[in-house]
Amino acid sequence: MKLHTLTLGLLSASALAFAAHAESITIATVNNGDMVRMQKLTDDFTKANPDIQLNWVTLEENVLRERVTTDIATKGGQYDVMTIGTYEVPIWAKQNWLLPLDKLGADYDVKDIIPAIAGGLSVDGKLYAAPFYGESSFVMYRKDLMEKAGLKMPDAPTWDFIKQAADKMTDRANGVNGVCLRGKAGWGENMAFLTAMSNSFGARWFDENWKPQFDQPEWKKTLQFYVDLMKADGPEGASSNGFNENLALFQQGKCGMWIDATVAASFVSDPKASKVADKVGYALAPDNGLGKRGNWLWAWSLAIPAGTQKADAAEKFVSWATSKHYAELVASKEGWANVPPGTRSSLYANPEYQKAAPFAKMTLDSINAADPTHPTVKPVPYVGVQFVAIPEFQGLGTTVGQLFSAALAGQSSVDDALKQAQDAATAAMTEGGYIK
Amino acid sequence: MARAVTTQHKTIATAAAWIVALLIFFPILYTIITSFKSEQEAIQGFNLIPSGTFESYSEVQQQSGYFKFFFNSVLLSVGSTVLALIVAIPAAWSMAFSPTKRTKDILMWMLSTKMMPAVAVLFPIYLIFRDSGLLDSRIGLTVMLMLINLPIVVWMLYTYFREIPGEILEAARMDGASLWNEIIYVLTPMAVPGIASTMLLNIILAWNEAFWTIRLTTTNAAPLTAFISSFSSPQGLFWAKLSAASTLAIAPILIMGWFSQKQLVRGLTFGAVK
Repeated sequence: MKLHTLTLGLLSASALAFAAHAESITIATVNNGDMVRMQKLTDDFTKANPDIQLNWVTLEENVLRERVTTDIATKGGQYDVMTIGTYEVPIWAKQNWLLPLDKLGADYDVKDIIPAIAGGLSVDGKLYAAPFYGESSFVMYRKDLMEKAGLKMPDAPTWDFIKQAADKMTDRANGVNGVCLRGKAGWGENMAFLTAMSNSFGARWFDENWKPQFDQPEWKKTLQFYVDLMKADGPEGASSNGFNENLALFQQGKCGMWIDATVAASFVSDPKASKVADKVGYALAPDNGLGKRGNWLWAWSLAIPAGTQKADAAEKFVSWATSKHYAELVASKEGWANVPPGTRSSLYANPEYQKAAPFAKMTLDSINAADPTHPTVKPVPYVGVQFVAIPEFQGLGTTVGQLFSAALAGQSSVDDALKQAQDAATAAMTEGGYIK
Repeated sequence: MARAVTTQHKTIATAAAWIVALLIFFPILYTIITSFKSEQEAIQGFNLIPSGTFESYSEVQQQSGYFKFFFNSVLLSVGSTVLALIVAIPAAWSMAFSPTKRTKDILMWMLSTKMMPAVAVLFPIYLIFRDSGLLDSRIGLTVMLMLINLPIVVWMLYTYFREIPGEILEAARMDGASLWNEIIYVLTPMAVPGIASTMLLNIILAWNEAFWTIRLTTTNAAPLTAFISSFSSPQGLFWAKLSAASTLAIAPILIMGWFSQKQLVRGLTFGAVK
């Protein structure tokens, strides 16, 4: 009896000690398909690391950005792992808000990360966030409508070809718009698209001395082309369309072409969700023969804030979620097509993935065609393809986005919008101390 | 003849009221309808007849357990309302029954705190919460919600209390009632409809408060507003799931509002005839 009691006592004590030892880490993330899938698969991680418990906080992208920015700037310590993008990483790393990821493990194979993505997440050669999924943008088009128009989409089209194809594909009577593009105002909405597009027109946000460039002919050409194209061949009310609105239009067969995130490929080719799943072709984002294409580069990445008390457990988790092993885990449970794309070269070399994802090659080519460190034709003092990696960009980008969205809606002229953008940018840069 | 016109007017007024009510309620109704659709159905344009699937509800429950958030919502809204009433009843009493020449200014000042955009004080509040260890705590958030709604509670109670004749309180005082006895046994029972509607309104306001409840919580204290927010996606169309989450989040407060609508309307129109 005594022995029995003693054993029970010891067992309870060790259980208590174990519970006290178990560390819980809080992960802030967005509600994107790949992230939700990761939450379902965490048993694999907790089985291998029974002493680490995972708490998830899922938030809408803009709320998440605000929450994690507040927390990291005040060193609130609410999160141990944060999902952030290529915009935040260089800014936050320079502020010493993030821990460098140098203990990802022997079998992690950092060199396998696609160089363009790794470049966007590193500062001074150190990786500050591990990419969970990466994306560029490309052209998704309806092969049947293209054929009907008597055209053939080249792998690397020009903007002139896009215009010509859009004109021919537009069939208002049957509800088909030649092209669907983002118009909703926001630095991550229409300005992501327009900034990337402007790179291919030879435009840039600032010259080497941080002087805004909206008064230059390249921006005029970009915006005029965009507004004219959308007026002739875009959907009604385009100035309020973002990713989701265009996705819905494309899936219902109302767009001939859609230039947007490569991650959309898995949605538009999904027969359960898309009416046109078997008719979609892919091509690189257009250019104007100036050496830069109109595609962006983004990676939702996992980073560890400098204020965390649980850095080791957090890094173990980051390593697991962005490893080759995780890709294999997803493939074994949900098929290769559902593996988070755009982060590792090995995935694109995998024949099974190539078979399952017909858009794989074009995605990789698009990612490789973007260079965040040299995004424009003329030299610039900033990093970032579809954004300028300075803290002021969120506010300024959204202001300019509103002006351009108004030009698309016909509330102002292209010239007025550019003039106001120039004024707003000059004011913001002067206030920020960039222009002396 | 006169009677016929009245009936006709009545019919028109009733029809107009129904149309207005339906217009106001329609977005909620459509959310509920969408929650019973599949994701494919949800994006296929306007359609009032869903296929009746419960798929979204089970997925929502699977993805993030509803009851933990629900429990927090109940705790925060009821807790902050009770706290607010404890502070506001004496405050409104003093302003209604022994006003000074500054009472109006104080009332205006209290209301003016509602005029500032919440985001303007995000950082100071966040730092105070961080330093007092209140981030993601139910106590901290209850106090926060109480403070946010306090001006409205004081204003509403002040308006109701002013309808109560001061002579009754005087009579109580003559009979030897202490200050607390006067407030608790004389004033409060007479102002029950007003207090009840203030309470109901405050619970609704606290239940729906989405700025601070999302920004000051992570996992432990997160209420239903955080639950809904987690289903909004910038890349991907999950409207049915989002609608299911929204329906689950508003259902309790909708049901409560339905059962207490008489009380709510009576309280809100209290003194309106004057």
